[in-house]
Amino acid sequence: MIKVQDLTKRYARTVAVDQISFEVAKGQIVGFLGPNGAGKTTTMRMLTCFLPPSAGTATVAGFDVLEQPLEVKKRIGYLPETPPIYPEMETVEYLRFVGKLKGLSGAALEKRVDYVCERCAIVDVRTKLLGKLSKGYRQRVGLAQAIIHNPDVLILDEPTAGLDPKQINETRDLIKDLAGEHTIILSTHILPEVEQTCEQVIIINKGKLVATNSVRNLQAQARGAELVVVEVAGRTGPLDAAIVQHKLQQVGGVSQVVCKQQSDSHAVFEIESEKGRFVRGDLARAVVQAGWDLNELRPTAMTLEEIFLQLTGSEAPSEEKAAPQEVLQ
Amino acid sequence: MRNAWVICRKELGSYFASPVAYILLTIFGLIFGYFFWTAVRFFVFEGIEMQMRGQAYPMNINEQIIRPLLSNVSVIGLFFIPMITMRLFAEEKRTGTIELLATSPVRDLEIIVGKWLAALIMYSCLLLFTALNFAFLFRYGNPDWKPLLIGYLGLLLQAGGLLAIGTFISTLTKNQIIAGAATFGVCILLWVVGWMGEFEMSTWARAFSYLSVVTHFESFARGVLDSKDAIFYAAVIFLGLFFTARSMESLRWRS
Repeated sequence: MIKVQDLTKRYARTVAVDQISFEVAKGQIVGFLGPNGAGKTTTMRMLTCFLPPSAGTATVAGFDVLEQPLEVKKRIGYLPETPPIYPEMETVEYLRFVGKLKGLSGAALEKRVDYVCERCAIVDVRTKLLGKLSKGYRQRVGLAQAIIHNPDVLILDEPTAGLDPKQINETRDLIKDLAGEHTIILSTHILPEVEQTCEQVIIINKGKLVATNSVRNLQAQARGAELVVVEVAGRTGPLDAAIVQHKLQQVGGVSQVVCKQQSDSHAVFEIESEKGRFVRGDLARAVVQAGWDLNELRPTAMTLEEIFLQLTGSEAPSEEKAAPQEVLQ
Repeated sequence: MRNAWVICRKELGSYFASPVAYILLTIFGLIFGYFFWTAVRFFVFEGIEMQMRGQAYPMNINEQIIRPLLSNVSVIGLFFIPMITMRLFAEEKRTGTIELLATSPVRDLEIIVGKWLAALIMYSCLLLFTALNFAFLFRYGNPDWKPLLIGYLGLLLQAGGLLAIGTFISTLTKNQIIAGAATFGVCILLWVVGWMGEFEMSTWARAFSYLSVVTHFESFARGVLDSKDAIFYAAVIFLGLFFTARSMESLRWRS
């Protein structure tokens, strides 16, 4: 459905997207994963014919984005990062306007407007001014706008950004629901979002394609090892961090112990387990048996940076370290 | 061109959904009403005076009321045009809705023509106020309606050109104020360059004064449809829209 070959976007001084190639099959949901500024939005804008690529080609449903932009645009529904709404319009008025722009008219238009209102759960705000809607409703109106002409391909730029957790779940369910009818590309920097909604993942960083992979493989890589933060305090007086570290190192299944912070009375360690081992229980036992206090023991998720490190570690470790810290819940 | 009409309707909707249209209409109505009142009063006083002196010079409503008033409108319009065009593209660029337009199966030209047409219709609504005033002249006098029609055609052509320039300037920035101020500057410049020809006779001064959008209106105000002036306005409209189209294109390559 979507075929991208050596797609590049250069600006005056920077290369925003650098020779990206991937393919998306019909009916798939693909997650576009990367930290902010990785080039996700630029790539999507090139796919939607908003920006012309500097080099390379992209075809949507067999039409080239440079050669036949009108044909591509007819087949694409696009939700930019901020929903493109006119605050002075009413919901239905807006959807009618977008529908007409996309080539619908008459009874067919009315039918689609009713359908998308139903589908995106915005029936109760049909006659409200868009400027007065909450962020969640605006996002859903944005989504309704994207699917109004029943496009083959849906491109969603961070569809859940800025929503509250309940709205995030609703939006995700909606997107999953839509998957049967449309091919969907959605961008995000949140890993669980990809896990929950997507089948395929494309990871980019600094404009370069880092990996395209199925979600299952990525999950295995991300979840293979457990990462635990442990805070230990001395029960009677000062605590020697080096001894604690040595002790923790000896717990079965632990592959690495890093001391994050230490003072006279307590120390914080970050502990990585070997693949497939769960060490929290053993760690707790080890600390308590040694006569120390266990103040805190919590698993931390892998950050996106760490996944990038895993995926690209051998290639350019020093460069990757500079990547922005994106916490994955 | 169906898409252009869709966009035009939407633009008109946002003019009239916000206070913009009503404020422009009110202010324009007040200003023109004042001019109209002054012109009519002067005309009536002159008539009474002549009756009292017992001498009768020919008096003509078209020449003495309508013509100067139309010329006034062509200048007042210069102040209103920036306020009509400044938001056209600047607002869409600021809120990101330009992405919706640019990723819809619509040609750039259709977007531009739609917006320009909406601006022109908005301006025509302002002119409706003048028509309302002129209607009184038809009720109590018998002016010739043909020169008036030509005058309106001239006003629309002049505004069409300036609105096209304003539309172009609006594509250059995200900031409505900047777009408005720049358009205002251009409008005023295109007015005052006409003064140059009054005291300078050299070729360059004549060339500059030829650019004045207001002097080209004089023939229309007299009720004369001069092809030279009509072509000048048509050329300004074409150039303005052409630059807008090029600017839209470069927007994609730059942003």
